[in-house]
Amino acid sequence: MSVLRVVEPGLFTTVQDLGRPNAISAGVPPGGAMDRFAHRAANLLVGNAEADACLECTLNGPTLVAARSCLVAITGADFDPRVNGQAVPGWTGIFLGVGDRLTFGARRSGGRTYIALAGGVAGDRWLGSLSTYLLAARGGMHGRNLKAGDEIGVARETGGPVVSGRQLPERLRPRYTDHTLLAVAGPHIKRLDAESRRLLFGGGFKVSREADRMGYRLDGPRLATSGDELLSFGLTAGAMQVPRGGQPILLMADHQTAGGYPVVATVVNASMPVAAQLLPGDDLQFAEVTLERAGQMRLALAAALDGLRDALR
Amino acid sequence: MPPPRSARRPAPRVRTFPLGDTALLAELGTRLDTALNTRAIALATALKKRRDVRQTVAGYATVTVHFDPDQTTHEALTAAIKRLAAKRPPMEEPGRLHRIPVVYAGPDLEEVAARLNLTPERVAELHAKPIYRVFLVGFVPGWAYLGPLPEELELPRRHVPRTQVPAGSVAIAGRQTGIYPLPTPGGWHLIGRTSVKAFLPDRDPPCLFRAGDRVKFFASTR
Repeated sequence: MSVLRVVEPGLFTTVQDLGRPNAISAGVPPGGAMDRFAHRAANLLVGNAEADACLECTLNGPTLVAARSCLVAITGADFDPRVNGQAVPGWTGIFLGVGDRLTFGARRSGGRTYIALAGGVAGDRWLGSLSTYLLAARGGMHGRNLKAGDEIGVARETGGPVVSGRQLPERLRPRYTDHTLLAVAGPHIKRLDAESRRLLFGGGFKVSREADRMGYRLDGPRLATSGDELLSFGLTAGAMQVPRGGQPILLMADHQTAGGYPVVATVVNASMPVAAQLLPGDDLQFAEVTLERAGQMRLALAAALDGLRDALR
Repeated sequence: MPPPRSARRPAPRVRTFPLGDTALLAELGTRLDTALNTRAIALATALKKRRDVRQTVAGYATVTVHFDPDQTTHEALTAAIKRLAAKRPPMEEPGRLHRIPVVYAGPDLEEVAARLNLTPERVAELHAKPIYRVFLVGFVPGWAYLGPLPEELELPRRHVPRTQVPAGSVAIAGRQTGIYPLPTPGGWHLIGRTSVKAFLPDRDPPCLFRAGDRVKFFASTR
């Protein structure tokens, strides 16, 4: 049953959950929300399980009208969300009555906003996940991005009363404005000469126009690699590949599952939400961290979500 | 130093490298070698059974391990990998054999033949001769890296990759061959096409091939 009617779909809005990690051995990208922190937080704010599906909106937001009363939360990028023209806060559970109109103004920060719906966004399940995968036209809203006239349903009825107004305090959100991505040296770091290694962890890069859910090609210093061609191996989101030519590619959620280009660094878990909010033209840099430090930062973000989960009990 | 093992093939020395804070790459070797690949697949299977491991992908001579950082660390998993890799892998069951019809009339067949100093017919004959091994499934859904290709057919990739290769294209590059499962960009030489679908989105797993399977091509007219 329809809960939200799509009046305007936005530039690129898809249904995403936490992806299908078990499909990678068949060559299928793990997929799922690019910004897992924002996705999880949005779900928790409306009383969902973290793995429920949300809408991921890139560059701008959709216009949605409530066909039934419902609870939503908007997290991640700030696209100036409004209900019936009145500004509403992000990272907060918001009640929509029948006929209420959720719109977005101008993009103020970040590249991807998430809309969670109490009960979870309904969609096609493919290989264990509702995430949309365009290349195979499977998952989510019939394997495609939203279009005007689509009806968004809930995965299940919520049962009890819904509680609006839950909020994630600002100090617990990722620092999206700091575009320094923390990374650990990759398996093939030794293939970089000294100058290229210095540029990798000291130079400034820019997200090029070739940037989507598969990955971002980065403009900036070229990185010189040496050595024989590698045999293909399994990849991960966050890996920085350097093809011949030296222009690095940062792999994101819908990344190719295997490849043979050197991986010189991998962005750590705690920095992936920031990476997910980048758009073409955004500046970024990389800073090397130890595995220990990466672990501490990952736990800090997990604790923020734990706090939210406990507050909702 | 322990005495060398009496096995015919000594256990390879494994090196591990972090792939961020929740995955690692275990490298058994750097050569295209069936025995190494067999070991990699066995290691991936063994690791997958561990509770602290979420997912594994065997490469040609590597295993990529995605782990639960709340349950283990890079160091602890590395120690476990070294123990597992030192064991002799179980005898590999012969992989399933797929027979794939190919119409040898790809857009690059003439050029490939000319560059190799062979006739197009001879290229087809050589390509259809071996039983190839599926070394690895990955890159895009359903793609299987098959090999080794006969030395006589070895060519580097195209200088300029095509922006769109039709699904079903049978292609070669280096000592490898494969079937494009989906229309994607590609830099391999297209020597034929097949009606067999390698990507099966409505099956689970959605892929015709599994690592360790065997593939035999044969010339067909359709």
